[in-house]
Amino acid sequence: MSSAVQSLPIDIANLSKAYGAIKALDDVSLNIAAGEFLTLLGPSGSGKTTLLMALAGFARPDSGSIQFGTREVITTPPHKRGLGMVFQSYALFPFMTVAENVAYPLKVRKVSKSDQKTRAERALDTVQLGGYGDRRINQLSGGQRQRVALARAMVFEPKIILMDEPLSALDKKLREHMQIELKALHQKLDATVVYVTHDQREALTMSDRIAVVNHGRIEQIDTPERLYRQPHSFFVADFVGESVSLPVEVANDTAKLNGRVLKSDLPIAQGRGGHRLVIRPELLEVTTGAVPETANDLSGHVHDIIYQGDSVLVIVSHESAGQINVRVPANRAGQTGLPAKGERIGLALHPEDTIIVPEHVS
Amino acid sequence: MSTVAETNDGSDMLHNAGKLKSEKRRESLTFFGLSLPAILAILVVVFLPIFWLSSLSFYDAAGELSSKNYARIFESKLYRRTFVVTFQISVAVTLICVLLGYPLCYWLTRMPNKTANILMVFVLVPFWTSVLVRTYAWLVLLQRKGIINSSLMHFGVIDEPLQLAHNLTGSIIGMVHIMLPFLILPLYATMRSIDTDLVRAAVGLGSSPRGAFWRVFFPMSLPGLFAGVVLVFILSLGFYVTPALLGGGRVQMLAQRIESTITVYSNWGAASALGVVLLLLALVMIWLMNRVFGLDKLFMR
Repeated sequence: MSSAVQSLPIDIANLSKAYGAIKALDDVSLNIAAGEFLTLLGPSGSGKTTLLMALAGFARPDSGSIQFGTREVITTPPHKRGLGMVFQSYALFPFMTVAENVAYPLKVRKVSKSDQKTRAERALDTVQLGGYGDRRINQLSGGQRQRVALARAMVFEPKIILMDEPLSALDKKLREHMQIELKALHQKLDATVVYVTHDQREALTMSDRIAVVNHGRIEQIDTPERLYRQPHSFFVADFVGESVSLPVEVANDTAKLNGRVLKSDLPIAQGRGGHRLVIRPELLEVTTGAVPETANDLSGHVHDIIYQGDSVLVIVSHESAGQINVRVPANRAGQTGLPAKGERIGLALHPEDTIIVPEHVS
Repeated sequence: MSTVAETNDGSDMLHNAGKLKSEKRRESLTFFGLSLPAILAILVVVFLPIFWLSSLSFYDAAGELSSKNYARIFESKLYRRTFVVTFQISVAVTLICVLLGYPLCYWLTRMPNKTANILMVFVLVPFWTSVLVRTYAWLVLLQRKGIINSSLMHFGVIDEPLQLAHNLTGSIIGMVHIMLPFLILPLYATMRSIDTDLVRAAVGLGSSPRGAFWRVFFPMSLPGLFAGVVLVFILSLGFYVTPALLGGGRVQMLAQRIESTITVYSNWGAASALGVVLLLLALVMIWLMNRVFGLDKLFMR
């Protein structure tokens, strides 16, 4: 809808903010490319929201720099930053109609009445709410309110749009639907999007890149696939995706699990504390015969089999390493040759899937 | 189906429908029974006396049915003047309360919860103190040789004591003080309930902070402001104690006129007519304000 708009890159450098003794932002530097969909992912209290609020201008950092394009905005008040914003609570004005809500950013920019009307209608069309302009906010469902909030954030064609957990109030089904829709919408708009969420699956689904935030610092910034397959730290591995982890010993770039060398194609990142082997349940291969020489052998006995609809979770007890989870498809191929409870199960962990991470980033 | 029919008394065919219906009837009867004492009390203590007192206004001194009492209200210059003064004072008190109360409430809502709660105590403690006590306190402060006048004279700000009590000024100062909590409480509750994200959203979308206040915060605070204004205005219309003490007889509001009509002239009919007119006036004011403010639209969320 807005090919004339040129999206802007965002350059964050050495941003710090402390609330008393707690460092909400600890020397954060981050470059976001023009037109990128970047997600700030982290648990609550990690500093991701503080970072977003600093971008919006609602939280004043103690030090650092934020540039939109070549413009330094660190001291610019929020209303002069020219951002589109979507809030967790939608923050729609209850005493205005849908159309009045969407036209609000245009009204404060003194756009003519007729322009306000056509542009608000067009924005509502984009979020598939054409013809809803005269409705009142209390007549809309949660999903529709979310769309109105989106339409309002993009109606004035901002170069940067910030979203603070915009889908967290929706039920699971609607949320997954809106994720796909938002991603498609981002491809239509030429805007840089910074998106905050604590839902790793949502982040993986939507983002060009994900910045994992923990204790006011960015632990890793990568594409969804690299973040999932090559996490840099135990925190990232544990937070993103399902996993079981086992302590390993690392010496001279070789990791050993209970004295046996682990074959891994992935680099072993350095850090504080010990190292852990991270096993993704769906990356383990169930072998009918012996585990091939090229793979790591994690065979054990079936402790329990849990049917979960789309897949089956097999809980395996390993002689020395303890409990390992394996996920197999619920289709016939996945079930063929699956041992029964108590029987021995062959498990192969291939070198390209053997993830070894430090407990803490240095 | 045959077993179902057998277990019932035969009046209905649906499983347990009869039992469930009587259960429902019993429940609504219980609720009615529980509210009955309150309904009776209000009927006996409020509605019957009002009805009886109002009916007095339709009889003259000789006990004959007449409209003389009402005719006099509209003919007598004195009564007309009382109505005008009452109205003027109420408007002034309401306005001053809004000017003092609105910024205070706004400031309180921007405080952290804990600080705001402590500060609210300063609003509530006077609110819980007897009106009579507070009025006499103002008399001590405002009178000719009161604390305000003597300190102003001591510091040489004035040579002659200011006439602060026993006049219109005194009445209004006292009334504003008594009425202020009635404005603050509903207004503050409304302001607290306004989602701060709304103002943030307005600013984030390009409104200046001032624009966001007038376009978003102010409209959303109107229901609370309206409730406060109606409370203060209606209470002011019938206020007696403070204007009687601080007005020093020079300011005659409606309630004082009613009192003197009874105690000095023993004219219950005339006093009752004044009361009826005051009651109607209050109701008309509520209706009018509702029309002007368009309240139904504001409350629709």
